[in-house]
Amino acid sequence: MRAASGGSTMIVRLRNPTRTVEVQGGRSVAKLLNEFGLAREAVLVVRNGELVPGDAFLSNEDEVELRPVISGGV
Amino acid sequence: MKCRVCRGPAVIDVRRHNANFCVEHFIEQCERQVAKAIEAFDMIAPGERVLVAVSGGKDSLALWDLLIRLGYDVEGLYIGLGIGEYSDVSGDHARRFAAERDLTWHVLDLREEYGYDVPTAAAATRRVPCSACGMSKRHLFDRVALERGVDVVATGHNLDDEAAVLFGNVLHWHTDYLARQLPVLPAGHGFPRKVKPLVRLSERESAAYCIVRGIDYQVEECPMAAGNRHLGYKEALNTIEERSPGTKHDFYFGFLDRAAALFRSGATIDAEGLSACVRCGAPTPGEVCAFCRLVERAGGHEPGGAVPVTLGRREQP
Repeated sequence: MRAASGGSTMIVRLRNPTRTVEVQGGRSVAKLLNEFGLAREAVLVVRNGELVPGDAFLSNEDEVELRPVISGGV
Repeated sequence: MKCRVCRGPAVIDVRRHNANFCVEHFIEQCERQVAKAIEAFDMIAPGERVLVAVSGGKDSLALWDLLIRLGYDVEGLYIGLGIGEYSDVSGDHARRFAAERDLTWHVLDLREEYGYDVPTAAAATRRVPCSACGMSKRHLFDRVALERGVDVVATGHNLDDEAAVLFGNVLHWHTDYLARQLPVLPAGHGFPRKVKPLVRLSERESAAYCIVRGIDYQVEECPMAAGNRHLGYKEALNTIEERSPGTKHDFYFGFLDRAAALFRSGATIDAEGLSACVRCGAPTPGEVCAFCRLVERAGGHEPGGAVPVTLGRREQP
């Protein structure tokens, strides 16, 4: 995993803090979340602007957002 | 994954329901869950007017959208909390949502109306920011609801919020809070009815609803809430939920079904001991309500000093 610089890799956008990294594609959403240590209950995955489920396959050239859904105020 | 309803491509898996949904049927699922909560707990009667507490985040905007889709007479109230860029962006999302749909909403800015903001209040009271923030919002939602003559205040508390609060209250045996942790708080003693129509939706479902409905919301975490105890409870519950989907639902609704009534007698006594605040008229167990005391203390930390406690607001078309 490395900071984003363009190329034939998958762009992954993370939040809190907002940052972008490049990783190799060719894996499922569930596997990507596992690699980032993120609980599936705590994030949604948006691929190229569309929501995708846990078994969706992510490829190089995809732009993926790992969007947290946990908020702290009540 | 295929949609449980139509067998088309799914966009979300909801493990606690052991189901996947496409966009169309996920929206229907969310509507169904909210309608079921409203009916099961007698939250809103036909024809009643509803004030939605709007923050610009996923839950309040999803709630506003869902209530409109379900046919309720809804107007929004946004409170500017003065938490720097976070509040600016949140307010922009609320404003855009209302403008694009030509909705009635109201804006009340803490600094403009009362001379303080949440960071100032936290510093003045030397308590966690969420305490002053939550208390200010509750007071002002109640007050605006009563002044506008609406029947119900609806907030975007979801299943994760309620399960996390319950978890914390049980861990510390806050029996007085357990008595009041209900999806509906009835009107009375100077308070409007308060309802939580999202209690059957998880935080993840609420966020997903916004995405599939094209609702832009404040995604960033409130900087004042970062690292607070409530977030820790949510993480703990999500760890359990990963291994055992449906645990959060069973925890919260099991409490409502089998335990909540055991804690309620004390709450009745508390409510009967309320009188009107000598400054603003809000119900309070003392002479001056907690909100007026906060305004006095936080206002004292501003260059201009304390400001009179009068409710003013700018109405938006």
